[in-house]
Amino acid sequence: MIDDSTVHHVARLARLRLAPDEEHVMGEELSGILEHIDVIRGMDVEGVPPTTHVIALENVLRPDEPRPGLSRDDALREARHVVDDGFGVPRMD
Amino acid sequence: MSLRDLTAAEQVAALAAGKVTSLELVDAHLAAVASDEVGAFLAVDPDRARARAREIDALPERPPLGGVPIGIKDALSTRDLVTTAGSRMLEGFRPVYTATCVQRLEDAGAIVVGKTNMDEFAMGSSTENSAYHPTRNPWDHTRVPGGSSGGSAAAVAQRQVPWSLGSDTGGSIRQPAALCGIVGMKPTYGAISRYGLIAFASSLDQVGPFARTVRDAALLLRHMVGRDPMDSTSLDMPEAIALPVASDLRGLRVGVVDELMGEGVEPGVRDAVGYALRMVEALGGTVVPVSLPTTPLGLATYYVLAPAECSSNLARFDGVRYGPVVDDDTLLDQYERTRGELFGPEVRRRIMLGTFALASGYYDQYYGRAQRVRTLIVREFSAAFDQVDLLASPTSPTVAFPLGARTADPYSMYLADVCTIPVSLAGLPAISIPCGLSGGLPVGLQLAGPAFSENRLLGAAHALEQALAFDTLPPGLVT
Amino acid sequence: MSAYEPVIGVEIHVQLSTRTKMFCGCELSFGDPPNTHTCPVCLAHPGVLPVVNEEAVRRALLIGVALGCEVAPRSIFHRKNYFYPDLPKAYQISQFDIPICGRGEFIAIRDDGSEIRVGITRAHLEEDAAKLTHAGGRRVGAAGSVVDFNRGGTPLVEIVTEPDLRSASDAAVFLRQLRQTLLFLGVSDCSMEEGSMRADANVSIRPVGADQFGTKTELKNMNSFRFLERGIDAEIARQTAILGSGGQVTQETVHFEPETGAITSLRSKEESHDYRYFPEPDLVPLAPDPSWVAELRAGLPELPLPLRRRMVDEMGLTTEDAEVLTDSPALVAYFMEVAAAVDPKAAANWIRGELRAQLREAGQDPWESTVTPARMAALVGLVESGAVSVPAAKEVLAEVISSGTEPADVVEAKGLGQISDEDELAAIVAEIVAANPVQAQQLRDGKDKVIGFFVGKAMAQTGGRADPQAVQRLVRAAVLGQ
Ligand SMILES: [Mg+2]
Ligand SMILES: [Zn+2]
Repeated sequence: MIDDSTVHHVARLARLRLAPDEEHVMGEELSGILEHIDVIRGMDVEGVPPTTHVIALENVLRPDEPRPGLSRDDALREARHVVDDGFGVPRMD
Repeated sequence: MSLRDLTAAEQVAALAAGKVTSLELVDAHLAAVASDEVGAFLAVDPDRARARAREIDALPERPPLGGVPIGIKDALSTRDLVTTAGSRMLEGFRPVYTATCVQRLEDAGAIVVGKTNMDEFAMGSSTENSAYHPTRNPWDHTRVPGGSSGGSAAAVAQRQVPWSLGSDTGGSIRQPAALCGIVGMKPTYGAISRYGLIAFASSLDQVGPFARTVRDAALLLRHMVGRDPMDSTSLDMPEAIALPVASDLRGLRVGVVDELMGEGVEPGVRDAVGYALRMVEALGGTVVPVSLPTTPLGLATYYVLAPAECSSNLARFDGVRYGPVVDDDTLLDQYERTRGELFGPEVRRRIMLGTFALASGYYDQYYGRAQRVRTLIVREFSAAFDQVDLLASPTSPTVAFPLGARTADPYSMYLADVCTIPVSLAGLPAISIPCGLSGGLPVGLQLAGPAFSENRLLGAAHALEQALAFDTLPPGLVT
Repeated sequence: MSAYEPVIGVEIHVQLSTRTKMFCGCELSFGDPPNTHTCPVCLAHPGVLPVVNEEAVRRALLIGVALGCEVAPRSIFHRKNYFYPDLPKAYQISQFDIPICGRGEFIAIRDDGSEIRVGITRAHLEEDAAKLTHAGGRRVGAAGSVVDFNRGGTPLVEIVTEPDLRSASDAAVFLRQLRQTLLFLGVSDCSMEEGSMRADANVSIRPVGADQFGTKTELKNMNSFRFLERGIDAEIARQTAILGSGGQVTQETVHFEPETGAITSLRSKEESHDYRYFPEPDLVPLAPDPSWVAELRAGLPELPLPLRRRMVDEMGLTTEDAEVLTDSPALVAYFMEVAAAVDPKAAANWIRGELRAQLREAGQDPWESTVTPARMAALVGLVESGAVSVPAAKEVLAEVISSGTEPADVVEAKGLGQISDEDELAAIVAEIVAANPVQAQQLRDGKDKVIGFFVGKAMAQTGGRADPQAVQRLVRAAVLGQ
């Protein structure tokens, strides 16, 4: 069961603004899903290594050679707030 | 007979023989896209497609794909062509680069006519989670085409394009292919570059083809596979993709996954799959039951891993560098409102679920544990392939369901991928081919093979396809 | 004597001076116009993927090998998730539980020659954030900020030490010498002012003799060794005052303000970080071939500390000489070439002293000046053999610097060769003694110091070419009849 304060905390971590009533609904939905997910918590996985990759690749490296990048216009063209040739963001407090 | 009734391979042949021009093909398909009765497309660029067709028609020698049109799932980045991943978060977004697989197809002479609809950020199994509009199933306009690549599947079934690209994380190619009565394939993880595929769950995502025939799927796949220096997880196939020619299945051992044939699978689906399995035997193959006892945990495992990865992959959408932004006075407010208001409900739900699964205090119970269960699933598949050459199951436990039927209960929607997810977790190649009808709606047969067994898989699917002789033309569709 | 003992560990971020960024092919730049070195990858456009820069891996391994670290046979990258506008993916690709370089040790030497042994916890690879310009230049409460992604994605090696340091000055000595080592490895520019080397310190204090650590704070914002030392001292003083008055230190991030010397707390309201580390699925493990690591180990340059020891023990230099001359690999190379031809101690004196002094005005470093090591050696040789006096040699040096002429040719052309002809000098001395009867009498009266007056006169008259020893002897002979 995920309580409202956990939902609030997770939403903050994820930078998602949920209205208070949405938070409650979200908590119920997540709890419902977690009930199904909880079957894996009963599995004995002692000594089983985790799988991050299904392919056995190692050492995929790139030579330290410059490649052409974007023009400044292309870099900035999709941004909504361009300030001094940079990406503008509001104050941080 | 309309140009749209030609398969992609037939179109390539007709172009090579000089019987048709690329511009004629593109125009015929653009007309069908323009009257988009099923809502398969999000963006279309007729001028660009026609210009490219003229260019190819003027070439002294036709490229291998000749100038045949194609639809591209909106999850793939296409330079200057609006790419939204079905989300308000990317409304109007014009990428500055093209995905490797799309570039390879364009280089080979495929012509992009437009971007197809999808569940927002590929999260969903019905395409109803598109922020723009739902897509309808060409076989029954009151039903869903499946998802998340529902637009790409519907566009091919509707013959708006002879083939298209989708992406598959837990079944997003195979399941809509099944529901729309066409062929859909998810290659081995790493076979096709993910560079330019807007990430949902990086360790699972793969691009793959939709087509009306297995041969077309093979042809498209052939031009996309291979290592890309821009994707560290891509690699070269051990052998080139061959165009399948097999007409029998002699010597082929097909394992039927017990756990994916039981309750939850509609009787009509089970019957159609059973018919296909008898056909396997008729073609000289052997069918044996196989048990993969951990596969029932696949869904739960997936719904920890995929949301966890998505919570991180979708963190970059903050309204600063691209896409719309909900302006506010402080950074925190702007971030939270942009993400809270522009992501749809299912995307928010999965970000929340994934953030939770990774959060301090929960990681070991959820993410860490799911990664270990994934290992067990990988091992089980590997052991199964010591005994059989391919595994068979339904692609989807049900046929296409009515629009709106599952939107209220998220978990009921998740169940749509119960058969496809275990294969995804193991990173294996799998194909869905239509194997019959249930209540007038297509049923898909999923065949899965060991890593890099694409040729074996395509060969078997092709032989079965010939024997099954499924008619991919939806009732009432006039081309 | 304080009743508390400081416990200090440091975390150092070093920007690698590779040609391209950590995960994309954008060229590294410094000072170029904003957002002119970007690509879809380092702007985190939808659908992009990282690819590891091989040279960054090589340099991380080099650092690990030089710090005696265990190189992980197989390390992986993790994502560190947090939102900030300078972090375009909203996660930093870093390393977590299996860094490329594990435990090692670094030994620094204090001025008195004693050792500071500092355990290295780890050294891992990661990517740098972009540059955020806060309007008004304040860190908190700025009215808006602008992001420039040129720097975003620069390869970083983060070096973390054990809490082995016990004073601010030790921390500064350690960092200075670590920096020197990194410079010798050629992995980074290590400029604290430009931010290519950044240090944070974890500071706590505990009663002298206690086993347990006190609550630590993380001290940030120190862009020079001096500020680092002052900052740590200020933080130790602050914590001492808190504990002394019965209070408790709060675990938090603090800033040192160099202008006021004050320690300020970074917003304590900041929620506790939960970085949700998980293995980066877009990258595959690093498993450096042991032969590669062995090759790097075998190819390590002579590092500053062993080099200094050799300079003192085998070349007869002072500790201070050795420290000054190992300031940079280029200076070491310069010195070594000169020292191979002449007495190393004399070479050290000349290079440290007159050469650096004269070049300072021209704003040049020895190795980029007209004073080639061969010319420097020739000049030192002339002095050693007595062919020119020290004052004359300084004049010769000035001429070599301005014209690039060979020292012997300058001596010849300007007639600066030392006058060692006794008769010629005796005549000059006789003349001076005759002209200065008062001083001559003082000398006779036993005021020996006045001998310097005569030497000075003789030097002035000969343009510095007189041998001062000979002049002294001749003056005594002329005045005292000795
Ligand atoms: Mg760091
Ligand atoms: Zn870049």
